[in-house]
Amino acid sequence: MRLLVPFLALTMAVAATSASRQEVSSAAIAGAQNPPALSAFGFFEGDVSRPSPKLIPYRLRTPLFSDYADKQRFIYVPEGGKIKSDAAGKLLFPLGTALIKSFGYPGQDGRFHVLETRVLLHRTEGWVALPYVWRADRSDADLRVGGTRIPVEFAHGGSRASISYAVPNKNQCKQCHSSGDKIMPIGPQWQNMEFDRKSDRDRILKDLPQLARLPGMAKWDDAAKSTLDERARSYLKVNCGHCHAPKGSASNSGLFLDGSARDAAAYGIGKRPVAAGRASGDLDFIIEAGRPDRSILISRMKSTDPGIAMPELGRAMVHDEGVKLLEDWISAMPHGRY
Amino acid sequence: MRMRKIAIVSAALCALFQPAFAKTISVAPGDGAQERLQEALITAEPGDIVELGAGRFTLTDGLSLDVAKVMVKGQGAKETVLDFSGQQGAGEGLLITSDDVILRDFSVENSKGDGIKSKGADRIVYHKLRVEWTGGPKETNGAYGIYPVESADVLVDSVIVRGASDAGIYVGQSRNIIVRNSVVTENVAGIEIENSYDADVYDNIATHNTGGVLVFDLPNLPQMGGRNIRVFDNIIVDNMTPNFAPKGNIVANVPTGTGVMVMANRNVEIFDNVIGDNGTTNIMVVGYRFEHKDPKYDPLPQNVIIWDNQHGRAGWDPKFRGGAEIAAAMGGSFPAIFWDGAGGASKAPIVMDSVPALSLGLTDIAADPTTAQPAPLVAATSRPTALPPIKLPEALEAAVR
Repeated sequence: MRLLVPFLALTMAVAATSASRQEVSSAAIAGAQNPPALSAFGFFEGDVSRPSPKLIPYRLRTPLFSDYADKQRFIYVPEGGKIKSDAAGKLLFPLGTALIKSFGYPGQDGRFHVLETRVLLHRTEGWVALPYVWRADRSDADLRVGGTRIPVEFAHGGSRASISYAVPNKNQCKQCHSSGDKIMPIGPQWQNMEFDRKSDRDRILKDLPQLARLPGMAKWDDAAKSTLDERARSYLKVNCGHCHAPKGSASNSGLFLDGSARDAAAYGIGKRPVAAGRASGDLDFIIEAGRPDRSILISRMKSTDPGIAMPELGRAMVHDEGVKLLEDWISAMPHGRY
Repeated sequence: MRMRKIAIVSAALCALFQPAFAKTISVAPGDGAQERLQEALITAEPGDIVELGAGRFTLTDGLSLDVAKVMVKGQGAKETVLDFSGQQGAGEGLLITSDDVILRDFSVENSKGDGIKSKGADRIVYHKLRVEWTGGPKETNGAYGIYPVESADVLVDSVIVRGASDAGIYVGQSRNIIVRNSVVTENVAGIEIENSYDADVYDNIATHNTGGVLVFDLPNLPQMGGRNIRVFDNIIVDNMTPNFAPKGNIVANVPTGTGVMVMANRNVEIFDNVIGDNGTTNIMVVGYRFEHKDPKYDPLPQNVIIWDNQHGRAGWDPKFRGGAEIAAAMGGSFPAIFWDGAGGASKAPIVMDSVPALSLGLTDIAADPTTAQPAPLVAATSRPTALPPIKLPEALEAAVR
């Protein structure tokens, strides 16, 4: 094994140098050195609007809210690599896989104006999360392990919003992407995925026909297709469940929104806060059934104070529509039933 | 045998070679402090020291360290200040998520949430640190000053915490813990040990808090059944700062003027402390009186032992429901030690102090305090077997010598 790794790296490096410029670089993905510039990976053909044809674009039925940013998501699976899945529909990727996610806002011209691209690389030592920040001229993006802040202005709700957009640092990437001590992808859960190209979906299903039987996850904003309860639970799972899980970074709270909760208290209903500190305000419960105005979950979603706001990252703005969904959900709970 | 020899030799080689690779990464305050310091904390390798220069680091976001065996060292708790007054993101000032980390000789000021949090960070040392909300007690201050949680082997030594709107030093869901030589002042709770096993709290000064030292166990948490806690040789006086915790917090229920409060823990020893000038009481032992539906949780305190504490004045202004009435009935003052009576006689604390102790007779955990039937607690004549002292791995003790 010890000999195998350098050997693999060598063959990959050879493969990379002999490939044309547009090829995705397996060496950059697998490498021990983190490339200082995003272009080294070859994910984009110069411009973020021209992803390599080797990338699989996908969308999420219920996405994570991040300050109303638009996101573009891609999967790169190395030649010959096979995607697998667990029984719950979570996709398991081979070594050499990269998950690529770009964040940005519509510019004045209405086009996607990219700010940063985050990559998750599946290396022999495990998944590695790296943030790249695009240069002002958008010619390339530079690795910024320490994160940064970018002033951003964009159209929102009929006027223009202006925020200090936070690019997470490498540790913050892990905070959300950790399960125990390991970094894990969050998004690629089959039930929550949709593909731009039918051929991509078909190719995955050809190898994993059992996935076809899994029902799609509720779209948080599609009241016509799913119940209020289904939509609220989807929203909580995607926006909160990565930390609020038994192995997540909020494990000590005892509040589990990843779908693992087996009783009302673990879901926050009738549960008193533990380490919320001043974020509990004058309220007694995480969720008080029937009373969104008395639920800490709602008051924290409505705050942008870093000592109070939940989720902790990507929350310079309040997700008004998400708040509304969960307020409706809590209102609909019979008072005192739990 | 041969394998073992190889193992020993390679262990020796590792020990020999590690210092050769270890390096010091120096970071000075000034422009771009946020990104420079955060990058240093990310690029550090096991064995490295991240050395903070003297002066004020103006920070815009939380900082975090996820590399094991790193020391973060300043030039002194007065000299090196991590200033989070302008913090725009993250739930704490500094977050540690790796093992074998040593934090020493710097301070954290005015973080929006907690001061320094370490989660799942085993064998951590907090030494000669200051965490402060410089405006004094305010509801808008962050919750915890020093906040190790879900960790094994925790040493907090010679720190000072002021202004936390929850607990100055809070150790939660951890095991094998020492908190000593520290000063906690103007916090809601000075020191709080919560849902934890095996802790020694000694040689600390807790003053001008709402409550000095709390030992709590709460329901609906991954680790429950808090036990084996010793609180000794502390000075716990004049904890009369009006409770400024937001109401939903569990510590919002701590009556202003509390010395030591034990809630729902078992095997707690409180001895050789100087406790006084606490307007509600010097030592209180109570059950968890809120409704809960956690079948694995025991809301009753038990096997709480109180001996040889020196008591000053207490109980002239008890700040809990029904307290004033009981005090009036007892001639104007509440006793220096009381137990709520939860669970009945078999759960009574064992008291060997020279001051009167009282049971409120609230045997039923759901009873209203105004229905108390106070009765004296008879002083014990013999001391039960003592808990053993906490022993931390030698590396932790060596770090503070």
